Amino acid sequence: MTLVAGTLSAYRAAALERDAPLWSVFLAEEAAQSGRDPSALEALMRERIRVMRQSAARGLGNPQMSRSGLIRGGAHRMAAWMDSGASLLGPAFTRLAATALAVAEVNACMGRIVAAPTAGACGVLPAALFTVADEKGRSEEELVRAFFTAGGVGLVIEHLASLSGAEGGCQAEVGSASAMAAGGLVELMGGTPLQVDHAVAFALSNVMGLICDPVQGLVEVPCVYRNAMGAANAVVSAEIALAGVESAFTADQVIETMGRVGRRIPEEFRETARGGLASLPAPGCDSCRGACGNA
Amino acid sequence: MGIFDILGPVMVGPSSSHTAGAVRIGQFGRLLLGEEPGRAVIGLHGSFAATGEGHGTPLALLAGLLGMDPDDEGIPAAMEIARERGLDFRFETTDLGEVHPNSVRMALKGEDAALELRASSVGGGRIQVWGLDGFPVFLEGVYPTVLLVYPDRPGMLAMVTTILGNAGMNIATIKAHRDSRGGQALMTVELDHTPAVGILNALRHLPYMEQVRFVPRLGFGG
Ligand code: SF4
Repeated sequence: MTLVAGTLSAYRAAALERDAPLWSVFLAEEAAQSGRDPSALEALMRERIRVMRQSAARGLGNPQMSRSGLIRGGAHRMAAWMDSGASLLGPAFTRLAATALAVAEVNACMGRIVAAPTAGACGVLPAALFTVADEKGRSEEELVRAFFTAGGVGLVIEHLASLSGAEGGCQAEVGSASAMAAGGLVELMGGTPLQVDHAVAFALSNVMGLICDPVQGLVEVPCVYRNAMGAANAVVSAEIALAGVESAFTADQVIETMGRVGRRIPEEFRETARGGLASLPAPGCDSCRGACGNA
Repeated sequence: MGIFDILGPVMVGPSSSHTAGAVRIGQFGRLLLGEEPGRAVIGLHGSFAATGEGHGTPLALLAGLLGMDPDDEGIPAAMEIARERGLDFRFETTDLGEVHPNSVRMALKGEDAALELRASSVGGGRIQVWGLDGFPVFLEGVYPTVLLVYPDRPGMLAMVTTILGNAGMNIATIKAHRDSRGGQALMTVELDHTPAVGILNALRHLPYMEQVRFVPRLGFGG
């Protein structure tokens, strides 16, 4: 049975009908569409996860310095802060933020990452899913399943709205990554398809209207820090949904609304680097402190 | 579009359009040239010119010309690698008119071949090649593609499709473009599968055929 879906409610209905979890519906659909074996797809997902773990380890282990000088090893600094015991909410929360920074900084510094769904938002999913999986002792198999659900949510967003900052602002990039991660987290914790729906709806509602304003047109500031926000928002949204709180709107409704809002965001706030933080005077030599090599 | 387009590609950052797409444009140029490029003059347009430096766009274009994939960790060192391999390259800023902001013009020269390519990186690492040696084309690197140059005259299309059809090759798209000045024509044929060398040679031996080039489907790495 193939399912021409495009909405999360259609995938949910299929899960209900087959009495199967959401991840298996996404996996079956992907296998049908691509003509590839489900086990090959699972292996491919494990490979994606392996690359994500490598990026995270690199950013945490070595200070990442960008050519512009705007990024100067923030994740590495956060790892030291976590070890010092000064974390505000304990080490897991600090690791969440540090991992998001790590992957996003590796991206900014021309390291290898998995665009998820875009390069600019690549830190959100690894931060949210790895941190919770490690904290809760979830297996690699459960993690793979969570990523299928996250990827499926991304497909729905691509279908109903957009995943591009140039088209829909940062709500469509970091916001979408956050919604995908929220859905993946509910799957990881064994929540129901309806709880996945609620978590996605909460996560996107929370960032409705977020603009894209990359300073100097680079994927550095505010992007790297927004990845940490996106990861935290995913955890918050998943936790609210898992606790049994229900969203007033379905995920599909919120996604479509995000798409409509995105189309009405003025162009200066859609990756043109003309508005928002990007319109402030260049941070210049104060922030670079010689890293640019021109000082 | 599938889940691995959403969770992917695996790439070297920072930007799928300014970096991954730029690598793929470079790869397309190298494959189309069909040999190691010895000289490259690269004109950056629009956003490629304005923010390309910070995104490593020049490095990415060079890396593609050198045959690297978008996830190759050698991309940041592409300038040094190009110099070691004796690739004589030059970057300039150019205005290609009302085209996509992430666009580039590349003039490439090898031992035997030379070409001028115009292309854009349109998001998510996807590319569109829209100019080749002054001909308008529309290629995305997602199909194995045959490019044929010949004097504009009747019957050429039929001869080409006959050879491909007899060989059991399914054509995804076929387009012929005419250069009114020189009376030359360029045909681009996107195929579902890679043609055997024998098929390309049969095309080369068609009467009046001047040039037959082939570009395989571009990979994405990862
Ligand atoms: S601000 Fe723009 S470039 Fe930066 S992460 Fe958000 S959408 Fe991407």
